[in-house]
Amino acid sequence: MSELSVDHLLGIKYLNKKDINLIFETADHFKEVINRPIKKVPSLRDITIANLFFENSTRTKLSFELAEKRLSADVINFSASQSSVKKGETLIDTVNNILSMKVDMVVMRHPKPGSCVFLSDHVDARIINAGDGAHEHPTQALLDTYSIRERLGEVKGKNVVIVGDILHSRVALSNIYALKLLGAKVKVCGPKSLIPKHIEKLGVKVETDLRSALNWCDVANMLRVQHERMAVSFFPTTREYSQQYGLNKDLLDSLDKEITVMHPGPINRGVEITSDVADSDQAIILDQVENGVAVRMAVIYLLAAKINRENAN
Amino acid sequence: MSKKVLLNSKEVSIILHRLACQLIENHKSFDHTVLVGIQPRGKYLLDRLAQMLKTDYKIKDLKTGNLDITFFRDDFRRGEKILEANTTEIDFLVENKNVVFIDDVLYTGRSIRAALTAIQSFGRPRNIELLTLIDRRFSRHLPIQPDYKGRQVDAINQDRVIVKWKEHDGEDAVYLINS
Repeated sequence: MSELSVDHLLGIKYLNKKDINLIFETADHFKEVINRPIKKVPSLRDITIANLFFENSTRTKLSFELAEKRLSADVINFSASQSSVKKGETLIDTVNNILSMKVDMVVMRHPKPGSCVFLSDHVDARIINAGDGAHEHPTQALLDTYSIRERLGEVKGKNVVIVGDILHSRVALSNIYALKLLGAKVKVCGPKSLIPKHIEKLGVKVETDLRSALNWCDVANMLRVQHERMAVSFFPTTREYSQQYGLNKDLLDSLDKEITVMHPGPINRGVEITSDVADSDQAIILDQVENGVAVRMAVIYLLAAKINRENAN
Repeated sequence: MSKKVLLNSKEVSIILHRLACQLIENHKSFDHTVLVGIQPRGKYLLDRLAQMLKTDYKIKDLKTGNLDITFFRDDFRRGEKILEANTTEIDFLVENKNVVFIDDVLYTGRSIRAALTAIQSFGRPRNIELLTLIDRRFSRHLPIQPDYKGRQVDAINQDRVIVKWKEHDGEDAVYLINS
């Protein structure tokens, strides 16, 4: 009988291939559920989940909340901007206070890398990482690879290029882990200043020319330029970036083959991707969002299944 | 461990024909009726009955589907084993339809309880009936009884009833396994 090898989802780094396939198969069932007239199942009605967002989020937070509610879990939400964190409370204190209200699972986004791993060592609840700094964003990588599997049949053997701000991107790192685990070939493409040193050690190739990267790939994942994480300028102007690394319709149409275009959102239209590409049939950006709910339902369901009822809070 | 044959292939065939005729008696041309197999094992019985209704009894436009109840069960996180889902294949609404649930063995009634909740995701049926090949009476946990039954069995709780189908298990038979 299959179950996840982990008790928390802290990063793709801690998963194995079997885990990912189990999550995908479970997500298939939930995708069917969320397309029913009534999109809710009662599995988690005795589970309480806290969504702790120490950093801004729209899509991920909504997607998690919807996933939790479609599984009938009780949900409490917390945003750092309206909380005692501003009064100087530590992370462990904040979370332990929330857990004493009988919470079984914590979904957390935090600006500091490693905060979820730290938390899982110190508190008694299942932790799901919803993004920790520039480290990992595992559910995004799962929904990205799930969307590739849905579009192209399988991930194994596919050529995937991740374009843009690799340096500040947790999406890039989690995607690289997930894609390698599933047997895809991965390249990263962007200005040298936005590609971390030694990234080849993860088994990916670096390409600085967008056109040749696109001609090589089956799927292009266009990352957002994260202006908010840049203390200094990593490229001269936004205009120059979009001329060299932005994907527009002319470039897309001039390629040898039809590639699939992905974007984790939110899109800077006209910077990394133009509107006509984002809205074209080759883009699966909105499929990614739909799949996000199904994949998150699968992750929450599979982790909740491992909470022993007797030991549950 | 002893193994006893409850029904052999000839008996299974006679019972299936009787159940098909009983369905026709109550549902006539099946205009407002849908047959729903309960996953995983109810699917096989449904496939067999549907085939029989179409070829032997010339029922046209029979609507069938399969319902997975995993996410509606009441034993999530209560047992040792993790519940594994099957596929739900229902591409119609059951609003105002007569629904017949089809499952191979009725035991505690908990699966049917879950199915009664799960089917509501597809609308509000006019009524719901239950057809089961084997009815293990005296072992119900809930007030649920079949409307159509193949054979009633008095089996104690440690016993297991196994239904085999030619397409999947190589033979049509029902066994009582005493451990």
